Amino acid sequence: MVKNLLVRGMLAGLAAAALALVFAWIFGEPQVGAAIALEGHTPHGGHDPVATVPEAGADDGPVSRTVQSTIGLAAAVGVYGVAVGGIFALVFALVYGRLGAFGARATAALLAVGAFVTVSLVPFLKYPANPPAVGHPDTIGRRTALYVTFVTIVVLLGVGAVLLERWLARRYRNADAAVLAVVAFLAAVTAAALLMPGVEELPAEFPAGLLWRFRLASIGTHALLWSGMGLFFGLLAERLLTPSAIRANAPSTV
Amino acid sequence: MAQPAISHPRSVPLSIPVRDVLPWAIFAGVLALALIYFVGAEQGATSLISGDLVHEFVHDGRHLLGFPCH
Ligand SMILES: [Zn+2]
Repeated sequence: MVKNLLVRGMLAGLAAAALALVFAWIFGEPQVGAAIALEGHTPHGGHDPVATVPEAGADDGPVSRTVQSTIGLAAAVGVYGVAVGGIFALVFALVYGRLGAFGARATAALLAVGAFVTVSLVPFLKYPANPPAVGHPDTIGRRTALYVTFVTIVVLLGVGAVLLERWLARRYRNADAAVLAVVAFLAAVTAAALLMPGVEELPAEFPAGLLWRFRLASIGTHALLWSGMGLFFGLLAERLLTPSAIRANAPSTV
Repeated sequence: MAQPAISHPRSVPLSIPVRDVLPWAIFAGVLALALIYFVGAEQGATSLISGDLVHEFVHDGRHLLGFPCH
């Protein structure tokens, strides 16, 4: 059963990644290309002269821009989709039947919303995605550590909020318990975001419009990935978990 | 098909025992995290393989997926 769910999660992740890839290619790639074009002339916010060395993504790199923007992008998004799809299926296996009277599709949809908020949206608000030519190469270790730490904290706070909701649901009405848990989650992630150090490396002369379009494309890619995951996995898991007789008779209770 | 008719479809679905999930969670969880590491951080923050081929290949995806890169 778990193995079967795992395979379905990876398949759903691949399908969701295909959806996200089309969006990233249409809306994200032009911004990546524009940022790389700027890179040759724009110093990294005057941090130090070394930073003016163009990012190795330019034409002289070992992988051409054409490969990076097509199969490179597809491979990155595809592998990421399959990996998070597998984790998604395992979390689904743990929470299915334990969140109340939600069927397979509703559980998958709820989980997708939760994953988008904790893995993508909240980390994006604290450490937003940056196009090429923004970060300082010397701080990549610190920035990655901060990012991974923050994602981990937010996911753990999300798990905590679900446990809190389950505990409150034994005392109050379900809707009240859910609202209280959401408020507690928002308070906790806000506190965590305020306590974590910020990253301020944006060069003053970097075009604001380009930055905005790049970030919209980035969060849009995540939104599509998780929407696809919830939808496709929900459909695949329902076929496995709900006998067809019940599916046919049930008055679409999601 | 072999299931007896269930009177109310809104009944809480049967959950999967945690001990069935755990071995898969460890096995696939580690594998998945390794894949995410290669997309998100290899030859960036840390490097297991020398050179920058992995980094260069997944470069655009790394930026658009929000991982720090450069
Ligand atoms: Zn980069």
